[in-house]
This record gives sequence, C-alpha cells and structure tokens, in this order.
Amino acid sequence: MPKLSRQEVEYVARLARLGLSDDEIELLRDQLSAILEYASVINQLDTDDVEPMTNVLPLRNVMRGDQTAPGLTLAEALLQNAPDVQDDQFRVRAILE
Amino acid sequence: MGTTELYHLSIHAVLPLLQRRMLSAVELTRAYLERISALDGQLHTYITVTAEVALDQARQADECRAHGEDAPLLGIPLAIKDVICTRGIKTTCGSRILENFMPPYDATAVARLRQAGAVLLGKTNTDEFAMGSSTEHSAFFTTANPWDLTRVPGGSSGGSAAAVAAGLAMGALGSDTGGSVRQPAALCGIVGVKPTYGRVSRYGLVAHGSSLDQIGVLTRDVRDAALLLRIIAGHDPLDATSLDAPVPDYERELQRDEGLRGVKIGVPKEYFIAGIEPGVETAVRKALNVMEEAGATLVEVSLPHTQYGIPIYYLIATAEASSNLARYDGVRYGLRVEGEDMWQTFFRTRALGFGREVKRRIMLGTYALSAGYYDAYYLKAQKARTLLRQDFERALQQVDVLACPTTPGVAFRIGQKLDDPLQMYLSDVFTVSLNLVGMCGISLPCGFVDGLPVGLQLMGPPLGESMLLRIAYAYQQRTDWHLRRPPISVQVSGG
Repeated sequence: MPKLSRQEVEYVARLARLGLSDDEIELLRDQLSAILEYASVINQLDTDDVEPMTNVLPLRNVMRGDQTAPGLTLAEALLQNAPDVQDDQFRVRAILE
Repeated sequence: MGTTELYHLSIHAVLPLLQRRMLSAVELTRAYLERISALDGQLHTYITVTAEVALDQARQADECRAHGEDAPLLGIPLAIKDVICTRGIKTTCGSRILENFMPPYDATAVARLRQAGAVLLGKTNTDEFAMGSSTEHSAFFTTANPWDLTRVPGGSSGGSAAAVAAGLAMGALGSDTGGSVRQPAALCGIVGVKPTYGRVSRYGLVAHGSSLDQIGVLTRDVRDAALLLRIIAGHDPLDATSLDAPVPDYERELQRDEGLRGVKIGVPKEYFIAGIEPGVETAVRKALNVMEEAGATLVEVSLPHTQYGIPIYYLIATAEASSNLARYDGVRYGLRVEGEDMWQTFFRTRALGFGREVKRRIMLGTYALSAGYYDAYYLKAQKARTLLRQDFERALQQVDVLACPTTPGVAFRIGQKLDDPLQMYLSDVFTVSLNLVGMCGISLPCGFVDGLPVGLQLMGPPLGESMLLRIAYAYQQRTDWHLRRPPISVQVSGG
C-alpha cells in the first residue's frame, strides 16, 4: 500500500474538523500508512458469507415507560459548562450573515 | 491500629473493623488522604483529590453507623477513573478539551457506589479519553508504576491501578474498551475485572468505543472485586444496552469454595506466541499448574482469528471514537478557541483541545469510515469481528473458561513505546478480543519477572463473572501473589 499523500491526510482532517500543523500532517502520513498497512491483514480473510457485527447484543428497540421523572434544570444540564452564553442560549459566531 | 497498616488491608478485611466500630470511616479516610499527600508527588495517580468531599462522606458514614445503620460499602474510600462522570466533581477525561468540565450528574456506577456508602477520594489519571496503554497520553502527566517509578503503570486506567496497588485507594473504578482495566491491573500486580458488555451501565461513562466500552473494577484481591462488582452491576433504564439479568451475590458465591474439581480451563495456543516474554510465559504456565493441582482440567483450544484482533479492534474502536468525539466542538461545553468564523472555531478548538493520540485515532477512524474506504476497512472489520466471536463461542463449548497471559510483557519503560503507536497498540494483543466479542474477563497477579508483576487473564462467556471470580478466588487461596505490596509502601511504612 502506498504512503498516504498530504492531500489525503488533509482531506480526512477536514472531514473530522480537526486542525493539524504541517509537522502533524507529515507525521500522520507515516503513522497512518504504517497502521493501515498492518490493518490490511484482515483482507486475507474470506468474509463473503459473514454478517457484519455492529454490536454484541441482539439489536432491538428499547422503550421506556411513558412516565415523568424529575430531571436537571436548563442551567444545571446545559449552561453551566457552556463556553459562552447569552439569554440562556449558547452564543456562537454567526453562521449566516 | 497504626495508620501505616491500614492502606495494606483489603476492603473485606476493613469492613468488619468498621462494623465493630474498632475503626472509624474518618480515621480510614484520613489515612488514605495522608498516604495520597505523601506519595502522589511521585506516583501522579490522581488528577483531582476530593479531600473535603471524602471527609464529609466519611463523617456521614460514621453517623449512620452510630445510628445503627449499615450499607455494603459504608465508609470505604474508593477512587474513580476520570472518564466517569461525578456530579459536581471535575471530570477531565485526561484532556485539555474537558479540563474544566463539571458533570451535572453522576454516572450510574458512581451513584450506586455512593448509595452503598462509599467515600470518594478523587479522580484518577487516564490516557486522554481512555485512548492509550500507559497513561503517557494523559494531557496532564504520566502515572508511575509503584513497582518501578521509571516504568508505566499500563493504561488507560493506569491512575486507578497504581493508586490501588500503592495503597492510595482501597479499590477503584476503571473503564475497559480494549484492555484498559485488565492491562494496568496486570502491570501493577492487582485484580481487574472487565464485565460482560451490558453487565454494568455505561450511563455517565464518557463514550470512547460504544460497542466495546465497559466499566470495571480494580482491587487488591478477588473478594474485593466481587464485592464492588455486585454494587455496580445490574440493569439501568438510562442505558439501553444494559442487560436485564439478575445480579448474583458474587462474594457469597466465592464462599462455596468447591475447589476447581470438574472445571475445564481452555488454554488458547495462539496466546502463547513467539513475542511473549519468557518470564511471563513461565509465570502463567505455573499458574495453570496450580489450577490443575486444584482439580481443574487443562485443555488446549484454538482461537484461530487471534492475529486479526488488533487490526479489527483499532479499525472499529477508532471509527466509533471518531464519531463519539465529534461532540467536542466548543459550542455546548468544554474548551472553545475562537476563530474567524464557526468553522475555524471548530478546527482550532479541536487542534488545541486534543492530544496527539486522540488526533491519530480520530484520523484513523474517520479514514476507515470515509467514502471509498468504508467497505475495505470498517465493514470488513465488522465481518471479521463476527469470525472472532465464533472462535470464542466454539472454544467455550468445549471448556468453561479460557486462561492466558494478560499482556505479552511486564511494565515497559516510560517513553519506550511513545513514538511508535503501532508497538503501543500491539501491547494490547491479548486483551482486545474480549471486548470485540463482548464477553467477560479478569486479570489477577500470578508472579513476578525481575520485581515486576505478571498478570493471568481468565476469559469467560457472557454473564460468566461468577464463575470467573470463583476460579480466580480458588487460585488466590492457593497462592500469595496478591499479598505482595510494591516497595514504595515498604519505604514509607519503614520511615
């Protein structure tokens, strides 16, 4: 497997919304390539008739009873850890002008 | 009783002293807090010490006892890994991005410990978001192994393991996504249990790999592990993946002491490979002999897909982690580093908030999930995971449990594997499969190599905790490895 290109690493970082320095990009090209090459050993396996496993438990819906219970207040649950708050809402930079 | 001896005692030995009022919870808690003050400058096991909370709880415990009340862990000082939410107590996940995060609620496991009367000493060090095998990826500091301060305690629950081993907590909670309870327990010479997926509620455990994560316990002996597990196990309506199955009284089941007659122990040949350190193999083989002498039958079994465990694990765990960690965007909680616009704020926040291992795993997981690579990596790994599970199911039709080393080597030196992520990942070779198949396991001390502890791992079927604990207890009744204490304790009690 060829080493990941700089563009490939930058593309994945963009998908992950992750800022990376030039040094980090170069280091990740080497490290991710080595890890992926090692991981590609799984391609030796014949999995044509094998179901993928997403979870060890049988998939099922879990419904709770339609009952009320005391919960956290808005301030406790949401706002006390917020980096920036105004009028009980999260304040962020404008997305639309 | 002198306080120098208190921190050597196990929970089950201290409880009767508390119950008979020969010792108060405040005395006990003070002894631990003093021990933390004296030693944590060298060991770095705690990110946060909650001395006031602990003394308050201890005083309440003593008051309850004075009124004739009791609870299963009334007055027992414990530590909690800092990826498990504690109401009103900072929970950092070993990360800059959550450096000041104050959870508004308790994890269910923590709530149940509180309910049982436990005293919370503080929050222990971990690799950032539990991603690592050494605590070297904590954003704050590296924990030292109490058996040799130049070596790692293992990870990611390394703070919990080192604290319990050195007598800085009577027991601790950890989390195990690919070995993060069992591997540090092995490297620090204590007991670590990774329960069946769903046995313990994950509510309030900060998500790493959601199909793999389980909260587990770290203690100095098997009986203590049984005691703690009974408290935290059980169904929780707040975790849709928690199992609705009755919780046995694990401790009482130990007392049945039927020896090991009739127990079939499978020895998977793929776990005794060339890369294993000779001293580790010798110690584990000796432990197997002890169990055979106690009446167990050893059967060689095969788990043919073992070599695929690490690749499968690091594709699935990183894919799940990259998705779980998308929530750290600087909007609702955690660090925010402002940029020119919203997008730049995301990039900068995550660039400065995450350390290098977390970034590496987000990148790997995002790559494995991205268009064009999803089928080749993520989907392929999920199919291979099915094959791995079939290995375990087949083997456990022939035998009751599987026995093997917990790790291929003893504790490595701080810095030794830090620049080679693949080598670090390979140190998890004997632990990751268990999480992928969702079954339960325990690591317990079974010897030493050059003064460093070796761990024996037992793996059992879903909800097989009771059997695992009974076998481990029978082994412990016939050996004294669990009674050894690291030299750091001796030094202090001597001077």
